[in-house]
Amino acid sequence: MSLLEIKNLRIALNGDEDKQVVKGLDLSIEPGQTMCLVGESGSGKSLSALATMGLLPSVLKPIAGSIKLKGENLLEADAARMRSLRAVSMSMIFQEPMTALNPVARVGQQIEEVLEFHSDLSQSRRRTRVKEMMEAVHLPDVDKMYESFPHQLSGGQRQRIMIAMALVMRPQLLIADEPTTALDVTTQAQILSLIRELREDQGAAVLFITHDMGVVSEIADDVTVLKLGEVMETQSVDALLRHPRTDYTRALLRAVPSHVPRMARAAQSDNVVLSTNDLCKTYGGGGFFGKGREVKAAQDVSISITKGRTLGIVGESGSGKTTVARCIMRLIDPTSGTIMVGGTDIATMSQKELKPQRKNIQIVFQDPMRSLNPRIEVGQSIIEGPLNFGVSRDKAMARARELLELVGLPASAVDRFPHQFSGGQRQRIAIARALAMDPDVLVADEAVSALDVSVQAQVLDLLAELQERLGLGILFITHDLGVAAQICDDVLVMQHGRVVEYGPAAQVLGSPQQDYTKALIKAAPGRHWDFANFRPFSDAAE
Amino acid sequence: MYVYILKRVLAAIPVMGFVALFVFLLLRLTPGDPAAIIAGDTATPEQLEAIRTSLGLNDPLAVQFFNWISQLLRGDFGTSILSGKPVIELIADRMEPTISLALTTIILSVLIAVPLGVIAAWKQGTLIDRFVMLLSVLGFSVPVFVIGYLMISLFSMQLGWFPVQGFRPIGDGVGDFFHRIALPTFTLTLLYIALIARITRTSMLEILGDDYVRTARAKGLPETRVLMHHALRNCSVPIITVIGIGFALIISGVVVTESVFNLPGLGRLTVDAVLSRDYPVIQAVILLASLIYVVINLLIDIAYVLLDPRIRYARPIKPPPSPRLTASPRSCAPARSSFPARS
Repeated sequence: MSLLEIKNLRIALNGDEDKQVVKGLDLSIEPGQTMCLVGESGSGKSLSALATMGLLPSVLKPIAGSIKLKGENLLEADAARMRSLRAVSMSMIFQEPMTALNPVARVGQQIEEVLEFHSDLSQSRRRTRVKEMMEAVHLPDVDKMYESFPHQLSGGQRQRIMIAMALVMRPQLLIADEPTTALDVTTQAQILSLIRELREDQGAAVLFITHDMGVVSEIADDVTVLKLGEVMETQSVDALLRHPRTDYTRALLRAVPSHVPRMARAAQSDNVVLSTNDLCKTYGGGGFFGKGREVKAAQDVSISITKGRTLGIVGESGSGKTTVARCIMRLIDPTSGTIMVGGTDIATMSQKELKPQRKNIQIVFQDPMRSLNPRIEVGQSIIEGPLNFGVSRDKAMARARELLELVGLPASAVDRFPHQFSGGQRQRIAIARALAMDPDVLVADEAVSALDVSVQAQVLDLLAELQERLGLGILFITHDLGVAAQICDDVLVMQHGRVVEYGPAAQVLGSPQQDYTKALIKAAPGRHWDFANFRPFSDAAE
Repeated sequence: MYVYILKRVLAAIPVMGFVALFVFLLLRLTPGDPAAIIAGDTATPEQLEAIRTSLGLNDPLAVQFFNWISQLLRGDFGTSILSGKPVIELIADRMEPTISLALTTIILSVLIAVPLGVIAAWKQGTLIDRFVMLLSVLGFSVPVFVIGYLMISLFSMQLGWFPVQGFRPIGDGVGDFFHRIALPTFTLTLLYIALIARITRTSMLEILGDDYVRTARAKGLPETRVLMHHALRNCSVPIITVIGIGFALIISGVVVTESVFNLPGLGRLTVDAVLSRDYPVIQAVILLASLIYVVINLLIDIAYVLLDPRIRYARPIKPPPSPRLTASPRSCAPARSSFPARS
């Protein structure tokens, strides 16, 4: 008998049969096995997991099917029975470890709470057990860590706490909902290996939800692919990656950015559109009561981008890559160094002097949901910039229509509001808005990180196409080495505010010289697979 | 943490300084001659001159201010024009009824309102929730004097359970004290129940959607534990803010309630002083009210530190930390501004 067996699960909004968000999911997991549930946003993968835990938001109701854990149908269990199963027989970890932990309770107590309600252990025994578990997830200095609050820990440590909390009662089923998506690659690699290790130690089955094929190739035994609530296919991981049965899975795999850096294109010109020299940004230092702690967010960053080329800045969170982008945009003031945009140093200009320079350099932000004003029409958002530079409204609006078509949207979109568009479409609008100023340089700060992989591929193609047509210089900030490999001519690797390595993409990503770059590349999930060609790289080499 | 408290205390000093300056200028800059205002219409020029000298009005403003402040710091708030008694004594006499009423009202309100708010949020959209919201709208919209007279008519006149008016100090017997303060407390508490229940419900609704509440449920915890330990603790900051400001508001004068129940409190002292232009008393009452606000705000700030470790340990870990880590707790601002300015 399977440990978890989901049959024909249907979940609908308000229990309305016409509004199904999960349409007949079948899934089974054997003990000790890892099943990956893969799909893009809206595929219903998280909802299926929440239904298993009995934690669906109240507007969503399972209307058909069964979820059997060791033969017991969870959809028929009452609230008290579900409570007694949670944490004991099945538990769940979530995507965002910062928000998933109670910010005002000590992490040790948050783990201990599970034992308090699900075991008869005395307080001192509970505490010992919690510390053992914290050691099992490789947390350092557990005595001190026990007393810590979530905000004092790093993202990886918080996720380890979550895992300790989920596994402290040794449940047979662990549901992991995108547990590494919010983490850096090196931390992600550690958490994945921790989950593998604990699965073996505790003999638990894992239902692993992810959108990342790289992660799938690292951790899955079997894979179920979901699209808009429907199962596309279920196969063992090797079979799926080599011989996908459906067009959807093939398209999904083809969209995964390859880790093989593209060959540098021939320089279009030696016209430098953006360069910095020894750019530094230091936070803190001042302070009313004595000297605060200084944080060197960026140190001695020197870059140069010529017309029509793309420089990628890659690094983990806290590496200073976004700080550099913001300094270059003068959204924050650099502490020292120069920023040359088209031959003018803008590093020390006043806001007033800066204004005419602004049109030369434009930015696209990470989250398209939040970077467009929800209350004004798309057209107004796009023409706002040109209007400030004295372009007439009619002319600006005509240009806005052209730009929307250029980024692959209908010209009529000018009259609509941002919420009427999908994430990928909004990012196209944000790009159109940046282009409305006819900039020489486009800064893209994690501009594709919030998008599904197929949409991400489209936006990357769009950027490449626009660059070719308009001769833009692009500064591309990303944490994703695959994305960097796909679109960058040059790559700069940052760590702790310092430049680790800087050179042509093929050289930095293909044969890295620095240990940190090597570690980053080694940690990237799925680097052994050539997803787009349905084979591992080792096969390709033969 | 001590540095944080010290900073807050130090920040309160300039605030009080500005209030003192304002109160000082209030009398000096009122149109017309303060001495004439104080002396009244029938005063002779000699009387006016005598008042001017006694108030030091012939000195330069800066000297007057300095003298006045140093008097204040020595505890000398001047003499009431109306009664001729030292202002400090007048205020001291009126403190007990007001503080007693404030304490009983706030304690009773919190005991009733917080559970109501929690349940309303938990059962959002159900009959219980609607009932709490209805109660809250009533509490906000029915004027205090209407509730007061209704209470008197029902509980005093018809049922005869409580006396109509008056106040007994707690020193004269606990039973008698509660017997007499019950009706004014019930009257005033409706408004504060409405306010606190509303804030509790709103903050709870926000928090109940948070990820860690889902985590708590995923741990298989009983619902009471999820609500009380995980959710309510996280919305204590806005609730404490409203409670604190509410307390300060009652102390700085609940004129209507004190009048209806004939309580000899600060509110009535203020009204009497304003009506008879008793400037020294007005000045002292404004100063006192401001001081109470400043002190209570200080206590609220300290409560934040005790309740939310993110503030306690706030120091720059990474250059631009996520705004939720360092920004002051959510929902405080609307709580302050939505406070009704009448009781």
